Amino acid sequence: MASLLHKEYEVVRDDYSRAGKVSSDIKRTLSAVGISPAVLRRIAVASYESEINMIIHAWGGKIMLDVMEDGTIQIVFKDPGPGIADLEKALTPGWSTASEKARNMGFGAGMGLPNIKRVSDEFDIQSSEAGTTLTLGFREKT
Amino acid sequence: MQAREIAAALHAEPLHIWNEHLLTKDYTAAFATDLMSDALAMIQTSPEDTVLITGLCNSQVLRTAEMLDIELIIFVRGKMLGEEAMEIAREMGFNIYRTDYTMYTACGILYSLGLRGING
Ligand SMILES: Nc1ncnc2c1ncn2[C@@H]1O[C@H](COP(=O)(O)OP(=O)(O)O)[C@@H](O)[C@H]1O
Ligand SMILES: [Mg+2]
Repeated sequence: MASLLHKEYEVVRDDYSRAGKVSSDIKRTLSAVGISPAVLRRIAVASYESEINMIIHAWGGKIMLDVMEDGTIQIVFKDPGPGIADLEKALTPGWSTASEKARNMGFGAGMGLPNIKRVSDEFDIQSSEAGTTLTLGFREKT
Repeated sequence: MQAREIAAALHAEPLHIWNEHLLTKDYTAAFATDLMSDALAMIQTSPEDTVLITGLCNSQVLRTAEMLDIELIIFVRGKMLGEEAMEIAREMGFNIYRTDYTMYTACGILYSLGLRGING
């Protein structure tokens, strides 16, 4: 399926001062193409938690946004490692390996991935030592 | 409870007023946390009518509020936002206050005046 809108962003490891900038831009971009506030909020929450994870747990990475022909919104978060050793644990509410620094930022409660999964319509996570790829899909509820 | 009533009850000082009109807007609930993931997970219905009360004072609070469409933020324990965070605050649409009260006391005051939590 063709993509009507495509955007790519770089996220830098440990760059706390800019954390959230990408999600902010994604929210603004999608607002401008007329996505409804309720869907927009789900997307923003999932995107922000995922962006933060790339900064605090991974070595930075890439975020790719696509608005498809059928109105589906897809966001892919791809990082180069170190990967998630136990995905089941990572998806358990409250489970976290976050550093002191991440906790001081207000993250590290272990609620990110469970919340991302809850607010997205499609959720796929693949992880190995070569990195983690999180693919999220959203659509307007009819 | 109106924003200006909330501010008065907490003897709060404005850090940034984005929209004067919102000072007389009615807020129906409040949520207090230092954990932004909790705010992102728990505030699911009408964030625009919910007050965020926090002791965490950094730009991540503002980003969290931005993602959720929260308009009113109260910082407790007299904390200040750093210059970098203030710059983000000025770019975005928030009314921000600080109060010298601790989290517990600030919440107690607002609750006693009828402002309830997000689940009633
Ligand atoms: N992109 C990632 N790369 C490596 N590990 C990750 C990544 N995302 C999440 N994790 C792991 O999964 C755990 C749970 O993530 P999450 O639910 O977002 O909670 P938190 O970020 O608060 O720790 C993290 O503590 C971390 O160990
Ligand atoms: Mg997380």
